[in-house]
Amino acid sequence: MFRVIHVLVLVFVAVAGLTSLSASAETADSILAAINNEAKSSTPSFKGFSAERGERFFKQTHGNELSCASCHTDNPAAPGKHAKTGKIIKPLAPAANPERFTDTAKVAKWFKRNCNDVLDRVCTPQEKGDVLTYLRTIKQ
Amino acid sequence: MLFDYRNTLRMVTVAVLLSGGMMSVAHADDDDDERHEGISQERHSGKYGGENRGKPVQPSRINATFQKECSSCHIAYAPGLLPAESWRKVMAGLDKHFGTDASLTDQENKEITSFLVSHASNRWSASTAPLRITESAWFKRKHDAHEISPDIWKRPSVKSPANCAACHPQADRGDFEEDNIRIPK
Repeated sequence: MFRVIHVLVLVFVAVAGLTSLSASAETADSILAAINNEAKSSTPSFKGFSAERGERFFKQTHGNELSCASCHTDNPAAPGKHAKTGKIIKPLAPAANPERFTDTAKVAKWFKRNCNDVLDRVCTPQEKGDVLTYLRTIKQ
Repeated sequence: MLFDYRNTLRMVTVAVLLSGGMMSVAHADDDDDERHEGISQERHSGKYGGENRGKPVQPSRINATFQKECSSCHIAYAPGLLPAESWRKVMAGLDKHFGTDASLTDQENKEITSFLVSHASNRWSASTAPLRITESAWFKRKHDAHEISPDIWKRPSVKSPANCAACHPQADRGDFEEDNIRIPK
C-alpha cells in the first residue's frame, strides 16, 4: 500500500515538474533571439543590437513626459515606482530579477503598453532588442 | 431525552453562530451614519442619491485574472465600489486608462469584465456611471472636509485619493472598515 502511494507521489512530482518546466521554457536568450528574427525580417538593413543605443533609448524621453526610466529608474537593477500610482515595480534587469523576460506574452503586453505611454506608438524590433540587450549587460 | 437535548443544543449553537456571522458582515459593511439614516430614504432614492457602493466580494470568490492584472499598477479596486455600467466603460477603454495604456488580451478582458460586472455595486440605483470611484456620491460624502482634513490629501504618503491603501491598509482585500483605517503622517 505504501509502495503504491510512494509511486503515485513520484509520478505526481514528475508531472508537476515537467509542467512547470514547459511553462518557463522561455528565457531572456530565446526572447531576444525571437526579437532578432523579427528585426531581420522587417528591416533589411538590420545590423544587430546595441546596448549603448538601448541605454540611451531607455533613459531619454521621446516627446512625452515619461521615459522608461521614469518608472524603472536609471538603474534597472533597482526597484522602480509607477510614476502615477506610486506602486513599487520589481527590478527589470534579469540579473536582479530572474523572472524578467521569461514569458513572451508578458513581454509583448508590457512593451505594447509602455511604448504607447512613452512614445505614443509601438516600439520597433530594433528598439526592443536594443533595450533588452542593454538590460542584459546590467550586473546585479 | 438526552438525545433531544443535544440536538436542541446543536441547533441553538448553529443559530447563534449564523447570526453572529451575519452581524459581523453587517458591521463590516455599514458605517455609523448609515445605521442612523432612515430606511424609507433607502427604499426610495437610495443612499447618497442612489450612488452607493455594494458589499465586498468574499476572498474565495475573487477572480485570479482580475487580481493579477488589475493589481499590476494599482490595487485591484473592489468591484462593489462602482456600478456595472462603470466597469463596462472602464474595461472598454483600457488602451487609454486614465492616461496610460493598460490594454489586455480579448480573453483576459472578457473574463475580468464579467467578474467586475457580476460583483458590481448592488446598491447603486442612480443612472450615473462614473469612471472614477472618487467621483461617486458615497466616496465624496465619506471623504469630505468634515471627515478628512484637506491637508491629509496633500501628504506625500497619501499622494492621491486613488491611493486607497494609504489609509485603508487592507483595501486590496476590499476591507474599508472604519476600525482598520490608519491615516499616515
